Amino acid sequence: MHEFDYRKAVALNEVPVLTAEALGERILEHVRDGWRVLAYFGLPEAGGDGAVGLCCVLAHDAEQRLAAARTAPLTAFPSLAEACPQVELFEREIYEEWGILPEGHPWLKPVRRSPDAPGGSGRDFYRVDGSEVHEVGVGPVHAGIIEPGHFRFQCYGEIILHLEIALGYQHRALMALLRPRAAAEPVAALRLAECAAGDSSVAHATALCVLRERLLGLGELSERCQRLRRAGLELERLANHCGDLGAIAGDTGFLPTSSWNGRIRGDFLNLTATLCGNRFGRGLLAYGGAAWGLSSEECADMAGRLAATGRDAAGSAKTMFASSSVGQRMAGTGQVTEALAREIGLVGVAARASGLPRDARFHAPLSSLPQAAPGPRTERTGDVFARAEVRRAEMEDSLTMVEADLDWLGRHPEDAAERERAHGMEKAALAQLPPQRLAVAQVEGWRGEICHVGVTGPDGDFLALRVVDPSFHNWTGMALAMRGGQISDFPLCNKSFNLSYCGYDL
Amino acid sequence: MFRILAERLKQGSRTLDWPRKEPALSPRYRGRPELADTACGDCRACYAACPAGALFTRADAPGRTPLLDMARCIFCGACAEVCPEGAIRFSRDYRVAAASREGLLVGPRAAGGEGAGGAPADPAALMGDRFRLFRRSLKLREVSAGGCNACEADTNVLGTLVYDLGRFGIEFTASPRHADGLVVTGPVTRNMCAALVDTWAAVPRPRLLVAVGACAISGGLFREAPECLGGLGGTAGDTGPGAPAVADTLTEAGLTPDIYVPGCPPNPWSILAGILALRGEGRPLIPDWTLSVGPGQTIVRG
Repeated sequence: MHEFDYRKAVALNEVPVLTAEALGERILEHVRDGWRVLAYFGLPEAGGDGAVGLCCVLAHDAEQRLAAARTAPLTAFPSLAEACPQVELFEREIYEEWGILPEGHPWLKPVRRSPDAPGGSGRDFYRVDGSEVHEVGVGPVHAGIIEPGHFRFQCYGEIILHLEIALGYQHRALMALLRPRAAAEPVAALRLAECAAGDSSVAHATALCVLRERLLGLGELSERCQRLRRAGLELERLANHCGDLGAIAGDTGFLPTSSWNGRIRGDFLNLTATLCGNRFGRGLLAYGGAAWGLSSEECADMAGRLAATGRDAAGSAKTMFASSSVGQRMAGTGQVTEALAREIGLVGVAARASGLPRDARFHAPLSSLPQAAPGPRTERTGDVFARAEVRRAEMEDSLTMVEADLDWLGRHPEDAAERERAHGMEKAALAQLPPQRLAVAQVEGWRGEICHVGVTGPDGDFLALRVVDPSFHNWTGMALAMRGGQISDFPLCNKSFNLSYCGYDL
Repeated sequence: MFRILAERLKQGSRTLDWPRKEPALSPRYRGRPELADTACGDCRACYAACPAGALFTRADAPGRTPLLDMARCIFCGACAEVCPEGAIRFSRDYRVAAASREGLLVGPRAAGGEGAGGAPADPAALMGDRFRLFRRSLKLREVSAGGCNACEADTNVLGTLVYDLGRFGIEFTASPRHADGLVVTGPVTRNMCAALVDTWAAVPRPRLLVAVGACAISGGLFREAPECLGGLGGTAGDTGPGAPAVADTLTEAGLTPDIYVPGCPPNPWSILAGILALRGEGRPLIPDWTLSVGPGQTIVRG
């Protein structure tokens, strides 16, 4: 494995080419030593004759280091899924996308082909047999305004023995569209990345920008750009955490917070719209910088609205957490232990709620701007309560950070010389990508760590451009959290994870 | 209990008395585009800048301001930014819905008659009594068919207390069998095609169909994705190359929208105004200067 600084692109020839067996051993060793798998994918050979090898990128959060290794083209490799469950889904993806067989994989189910896919023959579901066992199927079209997915419960009386989640309904082939565009038409690619998961538009756009900047070796951006980008990212977190707390309140039957947070979430979205005209932050990011600035007056106006919205959000959350019926409904529901979270590679809010201090703002910071808290906000119980509490605490931190950013931006109006430099940087960021490099961008979106990995070929095109949404890691956690629970816990538990369907399906 | 009441007083009443009062939108909000008729010569800057392929050369005036197809437009403003003539600008009008695919084509405002052709479309006149049945009560079911969750989120938000959809007698239902119509978002993925057709079939007649967002109308940025069917707009060339047979299924199933709400995603007020326009309520849908391309006119892609 070649180890490197997370901010640096590495030359592809520094990434060692191992045999499939050796790569597997290295992955297992690293995972035993506290590393986790960021991305594991098929890496086509340059020249496009269809030969595909494997490439794996791992991260050591505490050391802020990454490691990568690859193999020569192959058609099969020994599966690690039994020994290392966090690669299970990656191996299925490798089989589905490149036809490389993970030998000994326990169950090569489709990743992104829905049971209803044209030409498909449906799908096998795990089935529990027994005279009092029954099966409940839900979806793909659900009762609320929500994306489609199929959920299959195996129940014994009221108790869920197993939940299987079948996704793929939202599969738009986003990565296939993104790969050629990200090199040849980078701006169009950025607009596409903003649609990877609409609620994480800023986070995905940030990841694609950072990936390009790292491949080009542009170095750290100006403080203004960093603050504008962070304001967008943290406003996205505020809006979604706020909406999630409201949704959790709604599913515990606590309507006041459910109702208020629906409105407050909109106020956060409208603050993002003040920044760039779009409630989801689309168009805010530009390669090498930010597409929009703020005047001192705009900063003051936003700061005032942010403070008022923050007060409303805090009051609404406080009311919810002060209700004993809400607390009791959340406590103990949908538990994921720390050991399980580590084993399956959870990220984001769900990981932190189970005690894992995984937050890319700390283990892979995009800038040297000060954080609002000394470390990731963690809880120990791994239940709905913990996931709600992590969100509540993180909203406080995000408010502090956006306030600081608006304050700084208000006190530092952009002068002509700086604008000139910024334009230069943005222009440099659109240059052709250097050949034979590998770079990684880790961005802590509100849901968890978003990871974009790019590998360029001899002509500066992307041989591989992988988008890993936190949902890709976390749906398994959602399924396991339901074991031993009841179907009536499902909506509440689902809201507490709030995973993306299209972010997984891509 | 008292704590909740005290907080309730602090939170106040936030429902906007719309449409009597207009919403406060961001000064940077980009609403319905407005085009000025200029001589463009060989300049193709806007075509090159558009990530969505939303600009079309006018067959009758190839060297002048192009047509902007809101069906594809993601309202990013890139075209307006690069136009040296300032011929394209995005207004702050959030009423962008149209009752036909063609109604989404925006042409330059006619200076002296040229390019004008669109009739003023008052929803009451346009929709007539078609959906009169739903004036007091309209139940809708939403289906996300490959949406990125932005259109879904901004549709969902209509149920919150700012918009308070319920006061218009409109509600989203849990089952298509309880619905009077569908709201569809997303470019319609191959994997979602069967579920969408089944859901549509479960809606009792008379029923109506609303397409929300560039994806649902034209495929949007996923127009050329082989895994997507190019939305419900059904205009030739907008169908995903990989799936003509499946796209036909949509047409055969009668999935032709009654109203189109463009945007990426549309602002919630655009969606609300669009749904109300369906019932013949609210202000004109399509401004009178919008160029309507009739069956006799052809469009040349730029």
